[in-house]
Amino acid sequence: MNNPINHVNHEGRKVLAAAENVVKEFKLSGNIRRGDLVVHAITDVSLNIYEGETLAMVGESGCGKSTMGRLFLRLLEPTAGTVRFEGRNLADLGEEELRHLRKQMQIIFQDPYASLNPRMTVAQIIAEPLNTHQVYGSHKETEARVKELMKKVGIRPEFTNRYPHQFSGGQRQRIGIARALALNPKLIVCDEPVSALDVSIQAQILNLLHDLQKEMGLTYLFISHDLSVVRYISDRICVMFLGKLCEVGPTEEIFREPKHPYTRFLLEAVPKPNPHLRKEQKAFLTGEMPSPVKPPSGCRFHTRCPLATERCSQEVPVLRTMAERQVACHMVNP
Amino acid sequence: MMTNLAANRAADRITDIESGIQGAAAQEMLVIKDLKTHFFTQKGVVPAVDGVSIRIPEKQVMGIVGESGCGKSVTAMSILQLISRPGRIVGGSIMLDGEELVGKSVRAMRDIRGDKVSVIFQEPMTSLNPVYTVGRQVSEAITVHRHVGKQEARQQVIEMFKAVGIPEAERRFSSFPHQLSGGLRQRVMIAMAMVCQPKLMIADEPTTALDVTIEAQILHLMRRLEEKSNTSIMLITHNMGVVAEICDFVYVMYAGKVMEQAPVFELFDHTKHPYTKGLLNSIPKPTEEKQRLYNIKGMVPNLLRLPKGCRFSPRCEYAMPECRESEPELYDCGKNHKVRCFLYQKGQGGGADE
Repeated sequence: MNNPINHVNHEGRKVLAAAENVVKEFKLSGNIRRGDLVVHAITDVSLNIYEGETLAMVGESGCGKSTMGRLFLRLLEPTAGTVRFEGRNLADLGEEELRHLRKQMQIIFQDPYASLNPRMTVAQIIAEPLNTHQVYGSHKETEARVKELMKKVGIRPEFTNRYPHQFSGGQRQRIGIARALALNPKLIVCDEPVSALDVSIQAQILNLLHDLQKEMGLTYLFISHDLSVVRYISDRICVMFLGKLCEVGPTEEIFREPKHPYTRFLLEAVPKPNPHLRKEQKAFLTGEMPSPVKPPSGCRFHTRCPLATERCSQEVPVLRTMAERQVACHMVNP
Repeated sequence: MMTNLAANRAADRITDIESGIQGAAAQEMLVIKDLKTHFFTQKGVVPAVDGVSIRIPEKQVMGIVGESGCGKSVTAMSILQLISRPGRIVGGSIMLDGEELVGKSVRAMRDIRGDKVSVIFQEPMTSLNPVYTVGRQVSEAITVHRHVGKQEARQQVIEMFKAVGIPEAERRFSSFPHQLSGGLRQRVMIAMAMVCQPKLMIADEPTTALDVTIEAQILHLMRRLEEKSNTSIMLITHNMGVVAEICDFVYVMYAGKVMEQAPVFELFDHTKHPYTKGLLNSIPKPTEEKQRLYNIKGMVPNLLRLPKGCRFSPRCEYAMPECRESEPELYDCGKNHKVRCFLYQKGQGGGADE
């Protein structure tokens, strides 16, 4: 744990980034006088991201998956717990060191319309990280690198002087990817990168991400609510519910045999593109998502869980490990 | 027991779907014939909907699928006569329950909208007024179209709220939209759309903004309402999964035209058009091992500069010389299945079918 350079787990896989008992709370302003109103966005999450893998983070809106992504990049600071990148605690780093480390971690956003500055040309957008970190001494070198990146993501290099509005959604997402790749990062947080795209374009972008990973040895933290996409792209999945991890495990195993009741509902709910699998009586998750301001006691899922017992409403289940899988539930064994 | 019953009902339904559509007995709620809605922009004429014909029989869920810009929403807006400048319906007819809608006056349309045909939009927050309680907004739909008092309207709204599964319906009546979750807001929208028992409900991407677990609830709810009432549903979506889940009949649109139309089981079991195949293949399959995802090369064409011949030909794997010359018609393949592709021209026998 304390060896900062070779942070290796017992199976010999190198841990690139790790969260240890991370808690993130947001204070709700305006209501402070009425007591401490706090959004419990992340509660005690420990998670490793191994080098070269794609770890998918799934869950419904408001479960804290994007917050977790931002914590890994230190775009947010944890209220408690530590986030490490290559064994180094991000909170201990000085400004200069942090900036240096930031080159190795990048993010791709969901909305390719909002994440590109409409007043900048494609070349300026992709060159921005290169200029910020003063990677190249001359304009020529920067320009050559920009063109190389554009080719890599499938945008014609002649388009350097175009503006974002001249591109379609899929092409814009490619520009966003080129920007994220500019500094040769190790970790890329992909925050719902294909949710805003049409299916046929979505497939193109997923293939691109897949190829880039192979070619450049990238590690992805892939945040998504679309389980069919997740199954295609990820090696491991972690399922979140209301700021806590429910289940972590290899993708195929989770799809074959989901253990946590919430994971089961989530998989069941996905509409399958096959009318023969249509079910008139589907098992539904009833009720509404509990509020993260006043999360339920005990297991956070117990108010909606069909298996819930007395114990679930009192005792918080711990994430138990069995081989490569982890499950936080009183009622099932990992 | 319950599941058995449900299974029987599902089986009945399927035979209904298979036999019902062609049978003259099925009354047609909506008949769109050769609808053309064009937008006259400075750069030229955009044929957003270019000769679309759609029929929706009574008590059916009819799906329109396609990618952004294929004209599916413009078709819906044309039914509601909500196309504003520079757009205009330039041809065709829209018959709702035997009544022609094209050319109706603004006043006459106002009586029809919300009463005979209603709509649910994608984003429930932006389609509800934030300064009125949801109860008041839904009551408005009744008081405008029916001669009922406030109390009576309130009663009906609460009934409707219960029917769409809003918990604590009485209390929710006086809630404001921001106090409800996304799923509840969409239920309010559905209540508003259903409260006058319309002949047709248009649902434009009703679940796209919702989480999967909520999406499943809403789809199930729409299905149930359709079974209980006489309302037909026109479901606009880009999600093939949603189509497979609740639709009876499907139209696949591309660049302003219907490319393929078939009953849902027929469409998924015997997909014919290369575009539909492409759409289905681009979806990551849960059963397959990781491999490269199929993708349709290229992009949706600019409607200002449509390719010559078949609109899909520049992206089509099977494109033949004639596809680039002339535009295919909708060829009938039997079983109520029609395809706009030369591969299925009479006598060709379906070259791309496997």
